[in-house]
This record gives sequence, structure tokens and C-alpha cells, in this order.
Amino acid sequence: MRAKRHWKIQEVLLSLPSLFWLSLFFVIPTLLVFAVALRPANPYGGIAPGWTWANIRSLASPNYLAVAWRTVWISVLSTAVCVVLAVPISYYLARVSAKWKNVFLMLIIVPFWTNFLIRVFAWKVLLHPEGAIKKILAFSGLVSPQTSLLYNAGAVVLITVYTFLPFTILPLYAAAEKFDFQLLEAARDLGAKRLQAFFKIFIPGIRRGLITAVLFVFIPALGSYVIPDIVGGPDGEMLGNKIAQRVFVDRNLPQAAALSVVLILSVLAPLAAILVLQRRRDKPASLLEVR
Amino acid sequence: MRRSRWPFVVTMAVLLFLYLPIIILIVNSFNASRFETGWQGFSLIWYERLFQEPEIWRAAKNSLVIAASATALSLIIGTTAAVALHRFARSRLQGVHFGLVYMPLVVPEILMGISLLMVFVAVGIQLGLFTIFLAHVTFCTSFVAMTVLARLQDFDPSVIEAARDLGAGWGTTIRRILLPLLLPGLVAGGLLAFTLSIDDFVITFFVAGPGSTTLPIRVYSMIKFGSPPLINALSTILLVITFAAVAISQRVSRSRS
Repeated sequence: MRAKRHWKIQEVLLSLPSLFWLSLFFVIPTLLVFAVALRPANPYGGIAPGWTWANIRSLASPNYLAVAWRTVWISVLSTAVCVVLAVPISYYLARVSAKWKNVFLMLIIVPFWTNFLIRVFAWKVLLHPEGAIKKILAFSGLVSPQTSLLYNAGAVVLITVYTFLPFTILPLYAAAEKFDFQLLEAARDLGAKRLQAFFKIFIPGIRRGLITAVLFVFIPALGSYVIPDIVGGPDGEMLGNKIAQRVFVDRNLPQAAALSVVLILSVLAPLAAILVLQRRRDKPASLLEVR
Repeated sequence: MRRSRWPFVVTMAVLLFLYLPIIILIVNSFNASRFETGWQGFSLIWYERLFQEPEIWRAAKNSLVIAASATALSLIIGTTAAVALHRFARSRLQGVHFGLVYMPLVVPEILMGISLLMVFVAVGIQLGLFTIFLAHVTFCTSFVAMTVLARLQDFDPSVIEAARDLGAGWGTTIRRILLPLLLPGLVAGGLLAFTLSIDDFVITFFVAGPGSTTLPIRVYSMIKFGSPPLINALSTILLVITFAAVAISQRVSRSRS
């Protein structure tokens, strides 16, 4: 009995620092966002006393709805492009010789040692009206000289894909590494076409990695702020930009909090869906397959 | 069986896609032209200009101080968390604990930024380097805990009991058994925390308040309002530093194993 209590005290003592810190700087702040969303703003950028539904109601304005819709489709499209590119890469990496595998993995990770802002900036230069890509495209007649490659939703998708592609490749590669490729040969021997074997055997075989990869892109994409801010322009604005505008431009924290509540709920939805799906399909497993 | 060439082609195309912007950026940093309109000869003028900007040096110093202190504190909190999660894995408390440590990893940065801002405003704490430090410790802790936990899962907890049974005191057990076993995880977690802290822009931007700059905040305002060639030069320098750091840390970890 004493040993058991001793064990318990040890557990509590070891857990205390992180429980304390994360409660103070993660749980309470998140709850506070919900509370502030229901408070009126005062004109000096602070929070006024009393309670109101006004911030929540104002979310239904057509402007916010348009931005919310854009946020969703940009995130879905970026996730889809990342996965479509990363699946063949992970397939290739899992089959190539060990020496080349390490070289390629290194090459995929290295660009991401550079600062995120700098990578976005590099694209801004590249897509600049006077930049190389624009000149080539205009010269070959693919775009008219007036078309801007920057400051639209397309640029946001392109750079979101650029930023998150490695986070898609790594979990998919880890899953493909464990996949038994003899299954593909067996399927072919039994008469499956190449593509049929790929979609019916390989894709279900790396399902876990696929789920992790989708989450690693989709959730941060929903909360994007820097990418649309630098290359999106007014036509590429996302929810994150609106939150930042309420904070830094109009100093309206309650309105920013209301928008953040929408973002929190939209992040929790896919997470909860996947947890439920995983629990139903196979034994409970952590989402953290790779790290 | 003949293999499809598609996976190879996609891999090569994606590698080109990954490197093109970075290569153009490095080349442009040596371009004498003020605008990205074409090559006007090799020049180091942007590097010279960069060294005359005191703002950048101040920001770099702030970044280093915050990264070092946030790494130190998050290593302590994150490691105790990982040890608890590992040793008491079956308990209900650790289920909650794991969720708490895991959530900051999945929540988009902007949410963490704005929620911390709300707390700091509500409490009335002055925004500045100290609030940046508090924010950085928060997200670094989760990354450290997960990194150390991943290493811990590779070793058998009974070695600790064995050491105790054989008469080692707690001090000896920690020093001779636990720390050496944890060291690779601590180094990896520490490096990760340091890089994340020094690279963070979004959360920092929300809790920095006016007047306190870190390197990423400085880079952001240069992107927004400053001259592109200067950023090219700064980026190239940062790139060289990161590559050197990674090369050294790899050399160290290789010689260790």
C-alpha cells in the first residue's frame, strides 16, 4: 500500500511542471478565446464589461463567409496536391537502393532548414511580374503579359504545397517503408493491372501514413496566415488574415476571438472525425505515427 | 516485372520544385542590380549594406537570447513530462497529460498566438521579450516531450529497477543510467526546440508587442517594406549558418554512435 502511494506521488511530481505550464499557457488561453468572443469591445482596443452575441452574429456577414469558404477550398486543394505528389515519391523512395534513399530524403529535408518566411519570400521574387517564371510563361504565350502570378488564391495554393510537401512525404514514406511490396507482385500475378494493384493494394496498405500526411497539411493550412499575407493579396485572404487584421488593424480583440473560435472548431472537426474512424476500424492508436 | 517510371519522374520534378526558389534567391544576393530584372554583374554590395544595419544585429541578439533560454526551460519541463508519460503509461492521469502535451503540436500557430495574446492582455502583462519567451517555452515543451518520449520508448524501463535492486541510489541511477540513456533524446529535443524558437514568426508576432524584434520579425518587416536584395543577402547568410550547424551536429552524432 505504501509503495503504491509512493508510486502515485512520483507520477504527480513528474507530471506537475508540464501540467502546470500547459494549463496556464495553453488550456486557459484557449478557454479565454471562447470567453472573449462573447464580450463587447471597447474603443481603446481592450475588452469592455458585459456580455454580447454581437461578435458571433457578425460572423454571418457575406465577407466572412466568402473568406471562410476560400480558406476551406484552398486547404483542401493544397492537401490534395501534396498527397498526389507525395504518394509516388514515397513509393519511389521505399523501393530505391538504401544509398539513394538517404540522399533523396536528405535533399527533401534540407530546404526546410531555411526560415519559413524566407522560403515564402523566395517565391514572391520568383513569381514577381518581372521575374523569370512570368517572363517564360508570357514569352511562350501561356499567360497574357497582364496576368499577375502573385496576389491570388492560386499563388497561395502553390506556396502552401511548397511549404508542406515534406511533411506529407515523410509520414507516407515511413508507411511505404513498412509496406510489403511482394503483395503488389502477387496482385499482378493474379491478374491485376498495374494501376489496379497500386490503388487496391498499395494505397490501402499505407492508409495510416495517408491519414497522418493529410492532417499534417490540412490543419496548418486552415490556420495559414503568413502565406496569404505575403503572396495572397485581397483575392487570396484566409481566415488567419482576418484574425490578424482584427488584432493589428482595428484592435478589436473580441471580434478576433470570435473568428478564432470558428478556426478552433474547424480544426477540431477533422481531428475528431479521424479519431472516431480509427477507433472503429482498428485498435486505438496514436495519431503520432511518425516524428 | 517492369517498373513504372512515373514515381522517378515525379521525385525529380519535385526536387527541382523544392530547390528552384532557394537557388534563385542565393544567386540574386550576388546580383549588383537593385531589382530582380536580370543579372547585372557579381557584387557583394548587399552584404556590405547588411552589415551596416544595426537593427538586424539587435534582432539577432534577441532571437538568440530567447532561443537559448526557452530551450533550457522547455528541456526541463519537456523531459520530466516525457519520463512521466513513459513510466506511468497506463494511468488515467497520463492519458490526460498526453492529450495536453499533444494538442499544442496540432493546433495552428495563429491560434496559439492569439490565445496567448488574450491572456497577456487580460492579465495586463507588458508585451515584449518576456512574453515571447513564455510563448516559446509553451510550444517547445511539447516538441521536446515528444522527441524524448520517442527515444524513451526504445529502452526497457526495467533497467532502472535493476539498478535500484542492485543497490544504486536515486542520484547514481539518474547519473549513470537515466541520463546517458536520455542524452541522444535530450540533444535532439534541444536542437529542435532551439531551431523552432529561432524560426518562429507567427506566435512571436502576436505576443511581441511594439518595439521588441526578433530576427523573423525583422525579416518580415523587410519583406513587407524593405529592399529585396538585402533580404536575399540575409537569407543566404542564415542558410550557410544552418547548413554549418546541421553538418556539425550530424558529425557529432555520428562520432558518438
